[in-house]
Amino acid sequence: MAYDDKYEMVCGVETHVEMATKTKIFCGCSTEFGGEQNTHVCPVCLGLPGVLPVLNREVVNLAIKAGLALNCEIAEFSKFDRKNYYYPDLPKNYQTSQYDLPICKNGWLEISVNGEKKKIGITRAHMEEDAGKLVHSGETITTSNSSGVDYNRTGVPLLEIVSEPDMRSVDEVLAYLEELVQIMEYAGISDCKMEQGSVRFDVNVSLRLKGSSEFGTRTETKNLNSFNSVRRCLEYELERQADILDEGGAIVQETRTWDEGKGMTLSLRSKEEAHDYRYFPEPDLMPLVIDRKWVDEIRSAMPELPAAKRQRLQSLGLPEYDAGVITSFKAMADYFDAALEKFDDAKTLANWVMGDLSGLLKANSCSFEDSPVSPVQLAGLLTLIKKGEISGKIGKTVIEEIYKTGKDPETIVKEKGLVQISDEGALEKIIDEVIAANPKSVGDYQAGKENAIGFLVGQIMKATKGQANPGLVNKLLRGKLAE
Amino acid sequence: MGLINKSIDDLHTMLVKKEISSTELTKEFLTHIKNTEAKVRAFLTITEETALAAAAKIDEKIAKNETIGILEGLPAALKDNMCTEGIATTCGSRILENFVPPYDATVTAKLKEAGAVLVGKLNMDEFAMGSSTENSGFFPTSNPWDMKRVPGGSSGGSAASVAAREVPFTLGSDTGGSIRQPAAFCGVVGLKPTYGAVSRYGLVAFASSLDQIGPLTKTVRDNALVLNAVAGHDPKDSTSVPFNKPDYTQFLENNVKGLKIGVPKEFFGLGLQPEVEKVIRNGIQTLQELGAEVEECSLPHMEYAMPTYYIIAPAECSSNLARYDGVRYGYRAEADDMIDMFKDTRAKGFGQEVKRRIMLGTYALSSGYYDAYYLKAQKVRTLIKQDFDKVFARYDVLISPTAPTPAYKIGEISDPLTIYMGDVYTIPVNLAGLPAISLPAGFVNGLPVGMQLIGKHFDEGVLYRAAYTFEQNTDYHKEIPAFIKEVG
Repeated sequence: MAYDDKYEMVCGVETHVEMATKTKIFCGCSTEFGGEQNTHVCPVCLGLPGVLPVLNREVVNLAIKAGLALNCEIAEFSKFDRKNYYYPDLPKNYQTSQYDLPICKNGWLEISVNGEKKKIGITRAHMEEDAGKLVHSGETITTSNSSGVDYNRTGVPLLEIVSEPDMRSVDEVLAYLEELVQIMEYAGISDCKMEQGSVRFDVNVSLRLKGSSEFGTRTETKNLNSFNSVRRCLEYELERQADILDEGGAIVQETRTWDEGKGMTLSLRSKEEAHDYRYFPEPDLMPLVIDRKWVDEIRSAMPELPAAKRQRLQSLGLPEYDAGVITSFKAMADYFDAALEKFDDAKTLANWVMGDLSGLLKANSCSFEDSPVSPVQLAGLLTLIKKGEISGKIGKTVIEEIYKTGKDPETIVKEKGLVQISDEGALEKIIDEVIAANPKSVGDYQAGKENAIGFLVGQIMKATKGQANPGLVNKLLRGKLAE
Repeated sequence: MGLINKSIDDLHTMLVKKEISSTELTKEFLTHIKNTEAKVRAFLTITEETALAAAAKIDEKIAKNETIGILEGLPAALKDNMCTEGIATTCGSRILENFVPPYDATVTAKLKEAGAVLVGKLNMDEFAMGSSTENSGFFPTSNPWDMKRVPGGSSGGSAASVAAREVPFTLGSDTGGSIRQPAAFCGVVGLKPTYGAVSRYGLVAFASSLDQIGPLTKTVRDNALVLNAVAGHDPKDSTSVPFNKPDYTQFLENNVKGLKIGVPKEFFGLGLQPEVEKVIRNGIQTLQELGAEVEECSLPHMEYAMPTYYIIAPAECSSNLARYDGVRYGYRAEADDMIDMFKDTRAKGFGQEVKRRIMLGTYALSSGYYDAYYLKAQKVRTLIKQDFDKVFARYDVLISPTAPTPAYKIGEISDPLTIYMGDVYTIPVNLAGLPAISLPAGFVNGLPVGMQLIGKHFDEGVLYRAAYTFEQNTDYHKEIPAFIKEVG
């Protein structure tokens, strides 16, 4: 029996997003990913005795931007606090974060699951510094004799976005996460490179009997770093909780961790063992005062967000599905918009972007950002088709050729002699030859077998290497057969 | 003997006139340090080699007749909680015994820029927690006026070395009186500037919202000259204030006519030794006779300053000192696992007073206690600030004793609360972020007594004016500890 026959899940998510600033939140070190260990560090992010933090203004800009994109109130007065706990990846043994006065609060975003729209509340979003990374000598912490620490990531700015416990199905959770990540990417808050750990999720989930209005006891599973992990983790955790409840047991409020290899969640610490973080206001930083002008400046420079983009694409005649697919990856959407500037038939463009071009890129493990077929080239190709200079079929050959050679479609068509044959005299000559060579099919057609004409058209196309104008061939052929 | 007792101005003039070179001057002071240190023990590190190298460079400048700054070529020393690139900075703690910072504190950089010749680092109570320098993780420092007595603290090394004429000037740090009280005990001038006037970047933090660096000198004018060099906004310290830094020597006028002085009655209360009170009352009378208008006033919340301070300062220190865990630098205890390494490192690396305050602060910030302790203390802190705001609407300066007693004997007091009470007149000033100066105002049984002048935010100028006038009309600052004549 599946958990959702009897229970309803309640889920809220805390999302940590690495913000796309050039330098760290409290010092001038680079935030670049993948540098040699402990090379993007200075006395400040290493927390050496005597150092002091200086807030990076760009972090505040991005946090305001994120808050606006998530329909949040931007606090006129917010402050930083210290979250105290001991771990070797945290050089000061406290994390500078925001506790009771976060920069953003009371927002929402809209998701759509199976055509149904729903608003998910955003409780708050706050700025904080990332910690470093333990580097184990062996495979895992438990099988290693020693561990080192790489502090490159220490002090990279994070935005922690806390949702309301508004999600009632795994699909809703995934829809929320996808929408949230898209918004972060579109607004330029983060590059959202999941594989580099620039987005991490903590999932709070509980079950309650269907129809019940009270929340059950929840567990929090920390540090999930892909949509797929979230889905698998939730599916496991919900079944685990359902089994316990079915047997009359009680869920223990605790923090759990997801073991990707075993495909299960494991207990990390119970509520009783939870850290007392001893939050208190960071005395080394002044409170953050944000005036309306600052917010307005950022609002006026806000780029188009996914929901608005989807709506615009639909207004251009794309079905909801197409608009959703194209918007799902910012790079694809950017590509689409760039091509749209040169070729305004949105639906045709969408078909090619989602079809042939996506297929080519996928087959070559290439991204839209790095597509060898530029938006201008694709628009050029589609223009040739639209003008009737080449057929759609030839177009498929041409796009592959652009992909391989990087040459412009016009050049390829010219060099390979792929221009469509629309010369009636030339076509008539070929049609006559095909009619003469296929008396049986001609007879079938004249006896009323409509299908037979398809074979004849095919023969003509073959004879012209696909270059014949299909509409014209059809018209001329039917005329001759009717004689 | 004559040289070590000279003012900054006089030493500067000698350098400019090429009567002496910076190298000779530095050697002279280094020799005096060697002669006195066996008794005083103010220094944790003496940097003879780098000092002479720095002095030689300045001598080249002088030889080329280049203009030199007022502090250029003069020896100086720093409390050992100010970071010095390449020179050990221990904070008086075993846990940082081997710590050599890779960077200079802003004050270090500013003094280097001004051409001061750093001759060493000075002893202090561990992490600036204490009032006698007995809490140094290494050894206690003696008071040059009586070697059996404490120099005060936590900047005991900074005060004792100036009193012993080992250096013309030093920097100390003051969280609850740590510049002013040792200045009083050692008979020197010590200023705690307004919070935010001097950068804390590179000052190893004790309590971030209270710590402030300031100069210790023989005279008021020397003090203003050093403050000129170290004060000013620093973009590396978010709590440093962008303000128009004046030339502090412009306030050194021998005139207090019309100056409105408040004498807060709460600063003459419990624990004040009658002999000390007499010295201060005399001092106030002197200023009155010179034309100041004196009136008694009241700061009703002062009785809460001590408990407020002993919540806020330990709370901040419990977090500030969390980084000393043996992972990255400093002392590391060998242990079987990570948690034990943390525990053993801190158990063995920190002294008793530091551990006491970490525990106090951890408790005050703990879940369930935060509101009753930390939050309440912050509210009381606001009331204390408001008390000062109110009286400063009527007065330019407040006067009080710096400490309730003169220097006590090393080992004489073991009860921490009794020691804490010694800071009862200095602590409120830190809670309010105000500037205050302690200057020699007399003697009790041959021991110096310090008078504290408190000013409005960023009104160091009025403190210098009042202190300078007092100094010009009294001779207390001219007294020199007897033993110096012996070693001289």
